Amino acid sequence: MELVEAIILAVLAASTPLLIAATGELVTERSGVLNLGVEGMMIVGAACGFAGAWLTGSIFIGALFGIVAGTMMSLIFALMALGLAVNQVATGLALTILGVGLSGLIGAGFVGERITPAVHLSIPGLTDIPLVGRVLFGEDGFVYFSIALVIGVWWFLYRTRAGLILRACGDNHVSAHALGYPVLRIRTLAVMFGGACAGLAGAYLPLAYTPFFIPGMTAGRGWIALALVVFSSWRPGRLVVGAYLFGAVTILQLHAQGWGIGIPSQFMSALPYLATIIVLVLLSRARSGGSTAPATLGTVFVPDR
Amino acid sequence: MQLVLERRAERSGTIALVSPLIAIGLTIVTMVILFAILGKNPLLALHAYFIAPLTDGYSLQEIAVKATPLVMIAIGLSLCYLANAWNIGAEGQFLIGAVAGSWIAVKTQGTDAGAWVLPAMLVLAAAAGALYALIPAICKVKFGASEILTSLMLVYVADLFLDYLVRGPWRDPHGFNFPTTAEFDPVATVPLLIEGGRLHLGSIIALLVVAAAAILLARTIKGFEIRVVGAAPRAARFGGFNANQLIILTFAVSGALAGLAGIIEVAGPVGHLQPGISPGYGFTAIIVAFLGRLNPLGILIAGLFLALTFIGGEQAQIAMKIPLDVTKVFQGILLFYVLACDSLILYRFKLVSSNRQVPRGVG
Repeated sequence: MELVEAIILAVLAASTPLLIAATGELVTERSGVLNLGVEGMMIVGAACGFAGAWLTGSIFIGALFGIVAGTMMSLIFALMALGLAVNQVATGLALTILGVGLSGLIGAGFVGERITPAVHLSIPGLTDIPLVGRVLFGEDGFVYFSIALVIGVWWFLYRTRAGLILRACGDNHVSAHALGYPVLRIRTLAVMFGGACAGLAGAYLPLAYTPFFIPGMTAGRGWIALALVVFSSWRPGRLVVGAYLFGAVTILQLHAQGWGIGIPSQFMSALPYLATIIVLVLLSRARSGGSTAPATLGTVFVPDR
Repeated sequence: MQLVLERRAERSGTIALVSPLIAIGLTIVTMVILFAILGKNPLLALHAYFIAPLTDGYSLQEIAVKATPLVMIAIGLSLCYLANAWNIGAEGQFLIGAVAGSWIAVKTQGTDAGAWVLPAMLVLAAAAGALYALIPAICKVKFGASEILTSLMLVYVADLFLDYLVRGPWRDPHGFNFPTTAEFDPVATVPLLIEGGRLHLGSIIALLVVAAAAILLARTIKGFEIRVVGAAPRAARFGGFNANQLIILTFAVSGALAGLAGIIEVAGPVGHLQPGISPGYGFTAIIVAFLGRLNPLGILIAGLFLALTFIGGEQAQIAMKIPLDVTKVFQGILLFYVLACDSLILYRFKLVSSNRQVPRGVG
């Protein structure tokens, strides 16, 4: 029983950064912008988050540093892709290349340092309930925040007028513009939200997942988050399922190594990446009838004033 | 006041030519600021980066050696990008090429295999790179799966596979437990062009690739198809060009070139298979392709320039203790400026006061 509990806790921890980053990207893509720079924003968020927490001794301020760093990165993207109408695919790649360099530069001085990781919730009585207590009432703050974030985004997209307008920008920017909505401003805000989430997701890694920073610690999670948005058909509810599935695959490979299965560890480590490819293929195939992606996703929009 | 883009009636040819130069200029200005923030003398740093490597023969050879994989990969990527196919996984195709070619080198080690070894390694590496690139291409064409994400995921898979081989079955028994194969035999090594130097046959191969791509794009129907499918997909459909077929073709060619670059790097400058054989060549080649304006000759020049930043970065680290990651930041910033300047080819920037409404007909 303790093993089951440990596995569930580990899966939740591994899923949380994916869920946060993917939720942000979902909002960005729903507004019609494809930001492939998630990995770059995440890795800068990780370096800045660790730097912030190490300098101030506060996990909360570290998380804020990560959010600000991710947002700043996303502003560079917005300036390029929205302001200058540059190809979004190329700009997103540039953001990742820049982010990997910046993160190495910022984080260089912090390699080998350790911090006290984010504390886990502890409510006497509730947390002590066998089996479900630790899982429901014993997580770190990021886990609860990620759930609240998805619910908030769902409510925003489907239950508010602003969410409707944002979706309209993604589905038909020409009509949204003709109705008088400031498409580029709305998209900029959506890109910034995506950046803030990616930065926070990156910061989660050194602040809660491991108590130290190593270069390249995001290890492709930003790209997996992008694949998760496709997996979810751009719906927040399915995003939760997808993120936890991927978290489970990640943990499966760690535990399989521990159980001494005779498969080389590198093959197990390749599992999440292979799973991503398989999922993308199966989904795209199932959806060949009609795409559920926002209709103007990734296309340049230059308003005619 | 508000910055507004206005579409030009036609592409500006002048700006298309000078935009890479503007981008390099802006990048250098940004780097000066970055050096100052890092507390380094910007002038000395610029000298270490861009001038010092050009002043001695060893560094010049080293630049050509570094440019070789960059140019080969970027030529392949440019064909993909021209055809509007987004191969982002050249790094993985590079690694798989290195692995496949090394297989022959490892298996023939210590036997007196003949001169066929190196050619066989090159062919196998190119084939493996092409096959590896065909995975995302086929997933795209058959199932509509994003080639960007699948080709990228395969980079991590290739990296882990290489890691497994050099730590497991292929590890050099006399290698003091380091994850590496034994040094390749002379017959499995790319010959040097200058006795005792660094320049090797691979650089000649890269030049041939550039020439072949220039001829393909300028003089053949296939080259014309590639350019039309990318620039005007609708026109291409009316013309009866098969976009899916071109995705397969350009991915296969770019995978083959990346795989070839991989084995040339391993059998040339490195001399054995080990993790970390690529300082991100596959990703830097994306910058080379764009900086070179997806044009073979432009890519050759851009490849040499990016190679200069690698060598300059190493020299700046030794001479001024400037962190190596500055090179990656430099390359990232350069790509941003290149893309931003490209915007000037299609649009004119205008500052207008935000409350002014200009009535316009249907554009």
